Amino acid sequence: MSLRGYIDKIKPKFQPGGKFASLHSTFDAFEAFLFVSNKVTTKGAHIRDAVDLKRTMSVVILSLMPALLFGMWNVGYQHYLIIGEKSNLLMNFWFGLQKVVPIIAVSYISGLAVEFIFAQYRKHEVNEGFLVTGILIPLIMPVTIPLWIVAVSTAISVLFVKEAFGGTGMNVFNPALMTRAIIFFAYPAKITGDLVWVLGAGGDKAVDSITGATALTYAASDNIAKIPSLYDLFFGFIPGSIGETSKFAILIGALILAITGIGSLRIMLSTILGGVVMTLIFNAVGANSYMTIGPLTQLLMGGFMFGAVFMATDPVTGAQTPTGKIVYGFLIGLFAIMIRVFNPAYPEGMMLAILLMNMFAPLIDHIVVRANIRRRLKRSVKPSVITK
Amino acid sequence: MRVIKIKKGLDIPLKGEPAKKIETAGLPAVFAVKPPDFIGVQHKLLVKVGDRVMAGTAVLHSKTNESIVISSPVSGEVVDIVRGDKRALLEVRVKSDNTVDFIKFNDAPSANPLTNEQIIDLLLKSGAWAHIRQRPYDVIPNPKVQPRDIYISTFDSAPLAPDYGFILKGKENYVQAAVDALVKLTTGKVILGLNAKASDNGVFEALNNVERYYFEGPHPAGNVGVQIHHTKPINKGEVVWYVNPQDLVTIGRLLVDGVYDASRIIAITGPEVENPLYIKTYLGVSIDGLFKVNRPVEQLRFISGNVLTGDRIEPNGFLGFYHHQLSVIPEGNYYEFFGWAAPGAKKFSNSRTFISKLLAKVNFKLDTNYHGAERAYVMSGEYEKVFPFDIYPVSLIKAIMTNDIDRMEELGIYEVSSEDFALCDFVCTSKIETQQIVRNGLEMLRIEMS
Repeated sequence: MSLRGYIDKIKPKFQPGGKFASLHSTFDAFEAFLFVSNKVTTKGAHIRDAVDLKRTMSVVILSLMPALLFGMWNVGYQHYLIIGEKSNLLMNFWFGLQKVVPIIAVSYISGLAVEFIFAQYRKHEVNEGFLVTGILIPLIMPVTIPLWIVAVSTAISVLFVKEAFGGTGMNVFNPALMTRAIIFFAYPAKITGDLVWVLGAGGDKAVDSITGATALTYAASDNIAKIPSLYDLFFGFIPGSIGETSKFAILIGALILAITGIGSLRIMLSTILGGVVMTLIFNAVGANSYMTIGPLTQLLMGGFMFGAVFMATDPVTGAQTPTGKIVYGFLIGLFAIMIRVFNPAYPEGMMLAILLMNMFAPLIDHIVVRANIRRRLKRSVKPSVITK
Repeated sequence: MRVIKIKKGLDIPLKGEPAKKIETAGLPAVFAVKPPDFIGVQHKLLVKVGDRVMAGTAVLHSKTNESIVISSPVSGEVVDIVRGDKRALLEVRVKSDNTVDFIKFNDAPSANPLTNEQIIDLLLKSGAWAHIRQRPYDVIPNPKVQPRDIYISTFDSAPLAPDYGFILKGKENYVQAAVDALVKLTTGKVILGLNAKASDNGVFEALNNVERYYFEGPHPAGNVGVQIHHTKPINKGEVVWYVNPQDLVTIGRLLVDGVYDASRIIAITGPEVENPLYIKTYLGVSIDGLFKVNRPVEQLRFISGNVLTGDRIEPNGFLGFYHHQLSVIPEGNYYEFFGWAAPGAKKFSNSRTFISKLLAKVNFKLDTNYHGAERAYVMSGEYEKVFPFDIYPVSLIKAIMTNDIDRMEELGIYEVSSEDFALCDFVCTSKIETQQIVRNGLEMLRIEMS
């Protein structure tokens, strides 16, 4: 029997009145994953664009692949570097794979469990949004993060940040970033300390604090000389969250998003512009050593590029109007650098800047739409004449 | 010649463009007047099965304004009255005679120029009034309200749409007569929207007594709403009329010859029509046996109108009152294994997520598959690419969804019609039925304002 035939055979059991009617949403999600539905148009346009949310999300996942694969390799590379063993490409990658795959698995299982329960409870279809969130979460985690923390914070984030607001498309804050924020404030030692970025021989305990620190830690602690070279920062041979280190891999992703039009190039560029402007202002002031760091280094350090390409461009939590997108991106870049420099307790300003602007995105759009309304009201009106 | 360039929009490359060839459909045949074609009108039936009618005999009138009638397009016998749920009138079917006999409405039409009261009276009693519609709301206008302007879009930019320059060739005198009459009915002007890239604008360029604007760009550049928006946008309280170019011939013939002649040249289009071409017949013709198709009819969708805004009809259904085109496309009720992951060389998408975007430009055989399921809004900026208005489409849709009338007005609902959102329906990743939503919003306002 063909797969399609089998699905058609078991389908009635999952429909209202069937034995497994309570698993209706789950069945639908798997069926829709395997087969694009045979649903036809009933109203409105009779033909429809071939694109759907699954296709869109697959493109985003594809764009994250370079960063993910490089991240896996880098986990191994940093590990062997720190324990002083020689390694090759395969060894590095294999080590990283073993460490990163469990984090991805935990993030998906934890988040999707919440999604499926909610979809079932609300009698909705399972939305595709978490397919991307589930992979974004591991990419912004240090590899040393305990799995249970990933599970707990992902579940909390999906529940309170997304489902509580109505699910995919309704959330105010980016759920992946919120997961990181939850860990950041609930378990700060696991994500902000100097010790946690590289896996040593015996897990995270044996790591030398200096060699394991990230560029941001050096910058915040007046150790500017220790910031890695621009070359290392760009290609990513440095410690850091799994997916954020290689700006080269991120730029490949940015290219995929921009070419397919799925990610807003407008937001990416305006974010970078915002970052550069803020850095140049700080350079002009030069009150402390952090302020003297040049724009290129600032952009290449930490999660700035990852945030600009994959987080700020989230269409749900970002600004939606073309003009709004420019303002939104620019302010993210501006605030990210400002938070970094002004508040060394929060070395990664990008996360907080994006979450802050997520909150203001609707306000920005509101102002843009208001301008349109005012333009309409200014037109001269010539009411129609009623005869007889 | 100043050309207004419409940059946003989309020409969907669909197979089955009609050949520039006109065949004549024979009589007798069955024709139908379909009350649901007229938005917001409650009709009273004026005939019963077995009645003899002439071309121009009133078969329906509006319950709220009895002077607005809908006439039979042909002479013959009323053979059937089809009703739906709650006895709603769906179709009045007329089997035609072998030749069409017309009621003579005006004996000596050209002796004296008609006054505007006389023109309105003639249009109303012949049923030709129903060919005029107004913005906002897309309804038959109230004869007591003078419109600010009257717009005529001389070209249809929708997929496989008929070429009015071709259809109207040789009927210039009727079109001119209609324009001369319409000018008297407005406080403003009769405004023509022309296609700057048309192969033949001869008919429209020869007209006097009109103001012309030239447009260039992808669909929906031919939508009258787009043309109004880019020339003299509608504000709250303003009324603008619009007429289809082919309907001008019907109006013109009434003024010149005194008869209600609803003859039509319609385009038979789409990938599943054996020989797409033009057919000369009458309004509301039965499509049964009118042309040949490539597949069994169960696998096909017949659309009165174009594939974006038309109405689904049965294989033995009738062409709609305002439609000048029939489209036939395959139904898409099939499953596709991992369809969302395939490279998609044969799929058409306005997004750049399918390989087909990189391949040579070809015409597609698009079907009715939904390609997914309805979701909340996720993507932004999609509608804006195909919506050439200075209006924020998603904001407007959301205002309608929340029944916020003040906000709908602020956001410019009076300037749009559901057809202007047809491409939004098409490109939407979240598969939101925007045309339906806009239609509902306009109805809500129309009822609120009346």
